[in-house]
Amino acid sequence: MTFDEIRRRAISEREALEASEKPHIFIGTATCGRSAGALAVREAIKAELERRRIDAIITEVGCIGLCYAEPLVDITKSGRPRICYGNVTPEIATQLIEDYIVNDNPRPDLALGTIGDGSIEGIPKFFDLAVLKPQVRISLRNCGFIDPENINHYIARDGYSGLAKALGVSPKAVIDEVWKSGLRGRGGAGFPTARKWEFCRSAVGKEKYIICNADEGDPGAFMDRDLLEGDPHSVLEGMLIGAYAIGAAEGYIYCRAEYPLAIARLNIALRQMREYGLLGDSILGSDFSFDIRIKEGAGAFVCGEETALMMSIEGKRGMPRSRPPFPAISGLWGKPTNINNVETWADVSAILQRGGEWFASYGTEKSKGTKNFSLAGKVRCTGLIEVPMGITIRQIVYGIGGGIPGDKKFKGVQTGGPSGGCLPASALDLPVDYESLTAAGSIMGSGGMIVMDEDTCMVDMARYFLTFTQAESCGKCVPCRVGTRQMLDILERVSKGDGEPDDIEKLEKLAITVRDCSLCALGGTAPNPVLTTIRYFRDEYEAHINEKRCPALVCKALISYYILPEKCEGCGICLRDCPVEAISGGKRMVHIIDQDRCIKCGTCLDVCPPRFSAVVKVSGQHITVPEKPIPVIMSKEERVKGNGNH
Amino acid sequence: MNEKRPGPVLERSEGIEHAGFKDTQEVAAIIDKYKGEIGQLISILQDIQAKLYYLPKEALVQVSETMGIPLSRVYSVATFFKAFSLKPRGRHMINVCLGTACHVRGASKLLEQIERSLKISRGETTGDFKFTLETLNCMGCCALGPVVRIDGRYFGQMSAGKVDLILNKYE
Ligand SMILES: Cc1cc2nc3c(=O)[nH]c(=O)nc-3n(C[C@H](O)[C@H](O)[C@H](O)COP(=O)(O)O)c2cc1C
Ligand code: FES
Repeated sequence: MTFDEIRRRAISEREALEASEKPHIFIGTATCGRSAGALAVREAIKAELERRRIDAIITEVGCIGLCYAEPLVDITKSGRPRICYGNVTPEIATQLIEDYIVNDNPRPDLALGTIGDGSIEGIPKFFDLAVLKPQVRISLRNCGFIDPENINHYIARDGYSGLAKALGVSPKAVIDEVWKSGLRGRGGAGFPTARKWEFCRSAVGKEKYIICNADEGDPGAFMDRDLLEGDPHSVLEGMLIGAYAIGAAEGYIYCRAEYPLAIARLNIALRQMREYGLLGDSILGSDFSFDIRIKEGAGAFVCGEETALMMSIEGKRGMPRSRPPFPAISGLWGKPTNINNVETWADVSAILQRGGEWFASYGTEKSKGTKNFSLAGKVRCTGLIEVPMGITIRQIVYGIGGGIPGDKKFKGVQTGGPSGGCLPASALDLPVDYESLTAAGSIMGSGGMIVMDEDTCMVDMARYFLTFTQAESCGKCVPCRVGTRQMLDILERVSKGDGEPDDIEKLEKLAITVRDCSLCALGGTAPNPVLTTIRYFRDEYEAHINEKRCPALVCKALISYYILPEKCEGCGICLRDCPVEAISGGKRMVHIIDQDRCIKCGTCLDVCPPRFSAVVKVSGQHITVPEKPIPVIMSKEERVKGNGNH
Repeated sequence: MNEKRPGPVLERSEGIEHAGFKDTQEVAAIIDKYKGEIGQLISILQDIQAKLYYLPKEALVQVSETMGIPLSRVYSVATFFKAFSLKPRGRHMINVCLGTACHVRGASKLLEQIERSLKISRGETTGDFKFTLETLNCMGCCALGPVVRIDGRYFGQMSAGKVDLILNKYE
């Protein structure tokens, strides 16, 4: 079959589906949907359709990015726009079948929005929602819309037309198109993709490799997972285009083992490509041959670094080596190798499908196109977003993200994961592009974006990231192995209240040594979280060191829980729930926490009924409470007398 | 999760007796599947671990001898990657996410609650080999943090209060 025939067939299949009179139900069953219960919803829908003998089409789709509203179910009835419903439980799903499919009531109260032509009263347009309006979907163009396990769905939406175009021109013309797009690597460093390809193309050697970096090691980032689970072919098409441009015959996808669904879907995708002649010898009848193998990571952050990743593919310990020689000259098995990130590859397929200039029409002067971010932490609308470069952090956090839950105060945002930094409220109007983020001391990174509110302690954040990098340091070079350990020791001391006055200065000195002398960028960027928190939140370090106080009430050693005698009603709930039996009291007796026994788990604070709110968490403050449980009534009397505390 | 999970492996592994090791054929089949290629060492160890739930010393020795690579090299790989365990594991694997998004939403409090409930620390296995408790960094469903995964099933928006309820469901 020629590509035109494959394409025509896929399109007519799609048209038949769209013209069908049957109701069409879409369920988001990516990992995020599953952890919110999407599989139970799917089963409930199937059972209800069966029970009512309704003939409907069910399509399982990837994540559309609205993780906060998972599980998501969309329903299309013939001749009407598709309606997207959020927070669907098995009960709601069953109800929707009765209400909308059977009785034609679209339930605007449960709907998020409509997709496609036409409108339905009482339901807004999906893409006009505040969370979606500022977004531009290039790499995520198909996520949530196609069945990722059906290659025809991808082909019917222009899939593989970029490859067909590329095969019709010279490899150099393909690289020129990528130049025009201005695409820079989405894996962190932002190196121009076309330049990297040129290096590898002109490197001497007949055997060349390309690699897709799907290690996604940043703890708190899931852009690549969503893309691989929701639209694997967009990434694979990009790889084919790159291989053709560079002259590689073999490719690897290095995917972390924590993503079993992504790996399963990649395997399905590769099988379907083979069936269509899109993989293997003479692809689409040309003289270009190429094959792809999947390699599973085995749990090491450093293996996301390109040279370590290649060691790991070769079956060795994943330790980085010094560069040069760069992988473009000597990479996998010593052969010229080109490595790009998952999102970079998905952008490549879009660029070849729609043109480099089109891609470059988005973004800023130096950062073209769009970037995916996983928006998580203390923000209302957590999820995966794709935004044009140059958008401000404020637009992301407050526009798309809907602000901070519980109307807490925004404290900062962390970009770039363990290699990035924490930016304060004053950076809210910073445009998101490679240069601006670097100037502010953070990095674009691969796209993790964690929002932090007033309840987040910045010393704790720095300690958290250092714990991570210290554990993940491969140990090959001294500055990283020993330096991160020393920095972590200081941070642990500070968060325990044992900090010394010159600790901040020591941290800064060590940070510079580690940054400048480490072998790879793991050590080279590990100090960033420490340096930025010192730069922007120095007062928090000083409170920990000088006053032995944790202003955000996070660092365990510096906080205490107390039960206020004038508020306690002696209900016994905290006493029953305390896991270490540190609370004494009795019925209608004021409860008291034994401070020596308390492990500061916070259970008492969580379970104290809001109408009493008798438990408080404090730092650097002592609250006087009775020595032994006294009758509740007594503490009230004393409160009336005006000397509430003993 | 799987009845075939070897319960009494501990004794086997403790008596370092090479001859007492009963899974030689399974290990040999895995090595065969990858044609004994040295570059496939990590995949081979992953497959062995998937079968036996950990890497017994005997299996490492067998890999080294069959493939003709020094045991030190096999060991260096087996100890480098977090996914490999040289100790037997329990019937159910609990993974608590300590990624950034889960961390800011109180993952460590959750972990401590599980540690208290099971009376083991992270990285350990209960005496009856029912549970192994491990932490990992991000499972990619950060938006629903804190997340716990038990034998491949995800529990989003977990709280310390739900821990016992969920753990009690496992046999
Ligand atoms: C410690 C460390 C971890 C990394 N992890 C990843 C990763 O998980 N995914 C990724 O694409 N790049 C990662 N990188 C960057 C890669 O080394 C490399 O720059 C990237 O894959 C190149 O692709 P790009 O040009 O498309 O961005 C990491 C780098 C370092 C130093
Ligand atoms: S941080 Fe826990 S799933 Fe990502």
